[in-house]
Amino acid sequence: MEEVKLMKGNEAMAEAAIRAGADAYFGYPITPQSEVIEYLMHEEPLKTTGMQVLQAESELAAINMVYGAAACGKRVMTSSSSPGISLKLEGISYMAGAELPCLIANVMRGGPGLGTIQPGQSDYFQAVKGGGHGDYRMIVLAPATVQEMADFVDLGFELAFKYRNPVMILSDGAIGQMMEKVNLPNQKERLSNEEVVNRYDSWATSGKPETRNRNIITSLDLIPERQEKHNIHLQEKYKSIEENEIRYEEIHCEDADYILVAFGSSARVSQKVVQLGRNKGLKIGLIRPITLWPFPTEIIAKYAGKVKGFLSVEMNAGQMVEDVRLAVNGKAQVEHYGRMGGMMSTPSEVLHVLEEKIISK
Amino acid sequence: MITTEITPEDIIKKGKIVFQKTSFMNDCTLSYCPGCGHGVAHRLVMEVIDEMGIGEDTIGVAPVGCSVLAYEFMNIDMQQAAHGRAPAVATGIKRVLPDKYVFTYQGDGDLAAIGTAETIHTCNRGENIVIIFVNNGIYGMTGGQMAPTTLEGMKSSTSPYGRVVETMGHPLKITEMVATLPGVAYATRQAVHEAKYVRKAKKAIKKAFENQRDKKGTSIVEIVSNCNSGWKMTPVESNKWLDENMLAYFPLGDIKK
Repeated sequence: MEEVKLMKGNEAMAEAAIRAGADAYFGYPITPQSEVIEYLMHEEPLKTTGMQVLQAESELAAINMVYGAAACGKRVMTSSSSPGISLKLEGISYMAGAELPCLIANVMRGGPGLGTIQPGQSDYFQAVKGGGHGDYRMIVLAPATVQEMADFVDLGFELAFKYRNPVMILSDGAIGQMMEKVNLPNQKERLSNEEVVNRYDSWATSGKPETRNRNIITSLDLIPERQEKHNIHLQEKYKSIEENEIRYEEIHCEDADYILVAFGSSARVSQKVVQLGRNKGLKIGLIRPITLWPFPTEIIAKYAGKVKGFLSVEMNAGQMVEDVRLAVNGKAQVEHYGRMGGMMSTPSEVLHVLEEKIISK
Repeated sequence: MITTEITPEDIIKKGKIVFQKTSFMNDCTLSYCPGCGHGVAHRLVMEVIDEMGIGEDTIGVAPVGCSVLAYEFMNIDMQQAAHGRAPAVATGIKRVLPDKYVFTYQGDGDLAAIGTAETIHTCNRGENIVIIFVNNGIYGMTGGQMAPTTLEGMKSSTSPYGRVVETMGHPLKITEMVATLPGVAYATRQAVHEAKYVRKAKKAIKKAFENQRDKKGTSIVEIVSNCNSGWKMTPVESNKWLDENMLAYFPLGDIKK
């Protein structure tokens, strides 16, 4: 049944995975997301829903366990934080190539390298531009609240299976660690083995009956003509995702002279900036991309001719701002403001930058 | 003048069948070099699956290496894994489908170099799977580079003057290593270059799958094989070299049973 609880973002995501009827979670501890596997190990969902939880020996092993289980048509999830996601990229590229549905959460910390354990958003490029090798895309969902940490789990699984594609929840250490009220969804029944076979028998490897040809899960095709055809098929799929799955939130954009573009924690800060600015008589709006890929290009383009400028607020050196610029296409001024290394900006700091860089020009 | 077409049945009279290719091997050309042991090893695995009647309930995992295309040859549901990750992939399958039979088929570069961590930890968890490990002491697919199992003094394209153990390390006996782990139910080393070895290897593979049926834990069957192309020998020379050199360092027999 539905329940209202006060939870950490990481815990809400873990609980939502159980309630989404996930079949398995494979993970490896890393700060600031270890609560996900800790929560699952504590809850022992194997005893209630039958969900398997396993601590792997590495992120590499974890993502490849996801590969194996996902290839059986199961709802499988993993989570990590930035350095661990770098390791998972091998498996993510293979899963994109083999068209396997799965859910990967990245609770970002600042980088590069071991970086810091404090929140960051510097894996934007990695998440939305591919990250691993080859021409592939992941659907990237960016939660800004603990509620969305929970909500995006089932949504992520649904999208993953709809398109047979990896989906990433791109969160950050602040949202993973903060506690908020969360409405937990009803428990979804896990699919039985028979139901999985009925639904996914055209591709899933669950044992070949005499009645069908063997199913093969692979990203390999050594014949260039066939591999190109496969790539064209992937690109067509990505195009259909771009046409159908863009999600965003608009806050006070209708009359805005200036628009902030921000996701995740930065969107929370930016919401306050809108309020502070409006208290001073400045007409500021906020576009919060919820899907970072596919990116909400059209809505930004729509406002590009109307507003005086955009400020992309991020916890990085300027990554999403490139997509904002592409969307604005020279029709308005676009600036970036970001803190790095685990630092978060304050609303007054962002407002000051907006005034300095755009409003006073 | 011949007026009727001659069919194979006119030449080959069907009598009592004493040996037949298992239907679990597909009718296609194998990608292996003539003389290579992989074909025999494939056949043995599929014969065992056939004889145990578990073809509908078996999922195989192909590696990266010469046997990367194993899924083309085996007529069961198969997955292709990233280099070295087959045991992790197999773990994922087995955890969500514990009643199915799961096996990996891996070479020495895949299992004993890049996949060492996955191999050891899968064995240490005692995942109830079968690992078929073909050790030919070289990287065949990429063109004959040094493998973790390349013998001391053995030449390869990345040890052109022979393997120097002081700088390149010693040939790795990974089957002995994993045999020390409590999760491993069965560890054995076999060969397929002569009929007598083929018969023993098949028995070992069967035992491994029976262990899985009986939920005993991980079974690993190492098959010491040749690589006549990589070793730059004729198939006959390579089998002789295998006998004299490989088997001296990698002795055959059960390591843990």
